[in-house]
Amino acid sequence: MALIKNGALTDDTFVDATELEQLPEGAVIVSLEQWREHKDALAGREVGVRLLSDQHPESIADDLEHFSVIALDFPTYRDGRAYSYARILRDRYGYKGELRAVGDVLLEQLHYMHRIGFDSFDVAGDQPLEDWQAADADFNNWYQPTNDGRTTIRDRRNSQS
Amino acid sequence: MPHMVIANTLRDGRVVFLADNGKWVSSIAEGALAQSDSDAEQLLSDGQNAEARDIVIDPQLIEINETEHGRHPSAYREYIRAYGPSVRKDD
Amino acid sequence: MYRYDEFDHAFMQERVSQFSRQVERRVKGEMTEDQFKPLRLMNGLYLQLHAYMLRVNVPYGVLSSTQLRGLAEIARKYDRGYGHFTTRQNIQYNWIKLEEMPQLLADLADIEMHGIQSSGNCIRNTTSDQYAGASADEIEDPRVYCEIIRQWSTLHPEFSYLPRKFKIAVTGAPKDRAAVALHDIGLRMHHNAAGETGFEVIVGGGQGRTPVIGKTICEWLTPADLLSYLEAILRVYNLWGRRDNMYKARIKILVNATGIDEFRSQVEAEFEDIKASPLKLDQAEVDRINEYFQPPAYETLDNADLSEQRAANADFDAWLKSNIAEHKVPGYTIVNLSLKGPDQPPGDLRSGQMEQVADLADQYSFGELRVTHRQNLVFTDVKQQDLFELWQKLVEIGVATANINRASDMICCPGLDYCALANARSIPISERINQRFSDIDRLHDLGELSINISGCMNACGHHHVGNIGILGVEKKGQEFYQFTLGGSSAEDASLGDRTGPGFSTDEVVNAVERILNTYIDQREDEDENFLETYRRVGMAPFKEALYGAN
Repeated sequence: MALIKNGALTDDTFVDATELEQLPEGAVIVSLEQWREHKDALAGREVGVRLLSDQHPESIADDLEHFSVIALDFPTYRDGRAYSYARILRDRYGYKGELRAVGDVLLEQLHYMHRIGFDSFDVAGDQPLEDWQAADADFNNWYQPTNDGRTTIRDRRNSQS
Repeated sequence: MPHMVIANTLRDGRVVFLADNGKWVSSIAEGALAQSDSDAEQLLSDGQNAEARDIVIDPQLIEINETEHGRHPSAYREYIRAYGPSVRKDD
Repeated sequence: MYRYDEFDHAFMQERVSQFSRQVERRVKGEMTEDQFKPLRLMNGLYLQLHAYMLRVNVPYGVLSSTQLRGLAEIARKYDRGYGHFTTRQNIQYNWIKLEEMPQLLADLADIEMHGIQSSGNCIRNTTSDQYAGASADEIEDPRVYCEIIRQWSTLHPEFSYLPRKFKIAVTGAPKDRAAVALHDIGLRMHHNAAGETGFEVIVGGGQGRTPVIGKTICEWLTPADLLSYLEAILRVYNLWGRRDNMYKARIKILVNATGIDEFRSQVEAEFEDIKASPLKLDQAEVDRINEYFQPPAYETLDNADLSEQRAANADFDAWLKSNIAEHKVPGYTIVNLSLKGPDQPPGDLRSGQMEQVADLADQYSFGELRVTHRQNLVFTDVKQQDLFELWQKLVEIGVATANINRASDMICCPGLDYCALANARSIPISERINQRFSDIDRLHDLGELSINISGCMNACGHHHVGNIGILGVEKKGQEFYQFTLGGSSAEDASLGDRTGPGFSTDEVVNAVERILNTYIDQREDEDENFLETYRRVGMAPFKEALYGAN
């Protein structure tokens, strides 16, 4: 797997501990269950949590300040729940940390993910980086406001008139 | 019951039949007719290879009746795929 | 009508480039069919029985003559010289090649058209009343809000991977010609006591395997909150709609399972968060879009006296009885073009005919026309004094059959002749019914009547809401046809009742005749239409006629 962040391939500074019995030292990403079980030990460490597609972010709404990264899983790219989770995390809960798309993360959905608030992407690594960068630049015109800082078509029309 | 393998080509979506030489033909008369179950399995496997190589989509085995008017798939749906819609015949 | 500005054009070009790249990756084998399929569906491309089928959106049913000419040329260049108009006001081409799609999409973009989201698990074409802006009974023109919804829903990044497809319809008239109660979201514009315009919001309607009439989630929604409220509904659906079973994945299932009151609470909770966001519609934005829907330059005319021409020409007289509708402006009328003639499948039109219709739209109706969900076309703004001349020209083209809202004005899906999902053919049945009831006098005596035919349970032919619904099924390799009676898609929406066992291909048209003869026997007088009679007398006499002593 390869991590794309800010349009470049980056090393992942976090260890994925979600399948591990024992939590290693250092920066880890844990499952929701592990977070609940080891919260006291993990709070204060560099930690992230990974939510599955049936785990609504309200389950971590009170704990956001502890997370440097929140990973949202796409079990299949067709399962679009994480797009709404991303919106809720960014808009409703004001989460400002790294929001990572993991699982079945494909080139052709990258632009949507970026629009909706994801800023890092755990990809299979078998496609050239240029392809990913191109896919993310698919559009320069957007109709809907998604709080991503991009100027919508409506705003550009308004600034013209 | 004899079988043939039917599919749609990736590039233009047209109905094709797998022929003996491994090529795909648009005429049901020219496609390969598998008489035994093992021949049919082999034919389907060849068809699936072509799918893996992105030549066709969704190859399927279909039952064929050999009639005096030609090869008629047993299923009416496949008959329509082989011979075209029953309407707009003049187009 | 709406015209693309530079931003819409730029967006379209980007989309065409994106899909062209995706096609290239697929053809080169860099993408599997499983990965590619949702992408091509979200550009309107299906793989059907014989070829790829492309569905092009006709936004809320509005077309310019230029667009219709462009569609005619596309039919010639990329297809077999004809197109098919659908029950969602769109147009379909049956013989498309994947490798030609990038060029085809570029040609469509030139006429400001596309197939974006005409398929896939996303928000589809928003449909509306085909008489919008012109009808005498209209409360408010829905088109401006249809356009606002269209833009908001186009490539919405949050709602592109929904549990299932999502369809929205809007009506601005009390007589509902848009079937809003049979949509995932239906919007009914109306005035409150203070005379302000707002929306009744209906949710969870739909047909298919489990037909449901939608329920009112909000009695009154102010237009400023329209997009916020829609976004709230879509978010609840995206979060909680079932993803384990595609036959239970529509919002109607979620609304039924949750209960409308609880569902409403959930939507209201999301809405509270969203309503102050940039989605709030300001009047400036509504006004800006409304500029595109200003009325055409109507002349000041009296209503025309057509009595002489009517007396002299029985065919013209009959056509006036069925094919026109009342316009809000004196001296003008709405004209329906029937695509239900005897010579081709219902809803089909050849390229040459499209071009002729486009020319007539220029000459007689300000260069614009509409597509109806019953698969016909409409000229909304024809001068009454032009009617006779126009009618003669429509006759020449073959779109003047005097059968609108009559027995042979059938909704008919493509069926097993074209569609990979079908179990039985539908078009030949409609052709034979058309032949049996070709006599105009008989047709008019039978009066207002909808016969809707579907070739499978997906109900694209809207059989559940036909006054007479016909569902094609397959039994032991044979095609059989089951009837439902008493459906309606209008403001009095109802689902049809099953009559009983189905009929073979040989027997089905005779069965239709027996149903209609029963209606004639049972009706109180000529003014009581089929649906009224059915609702008064019930199923018994029809069942008797179908299965009784015979």
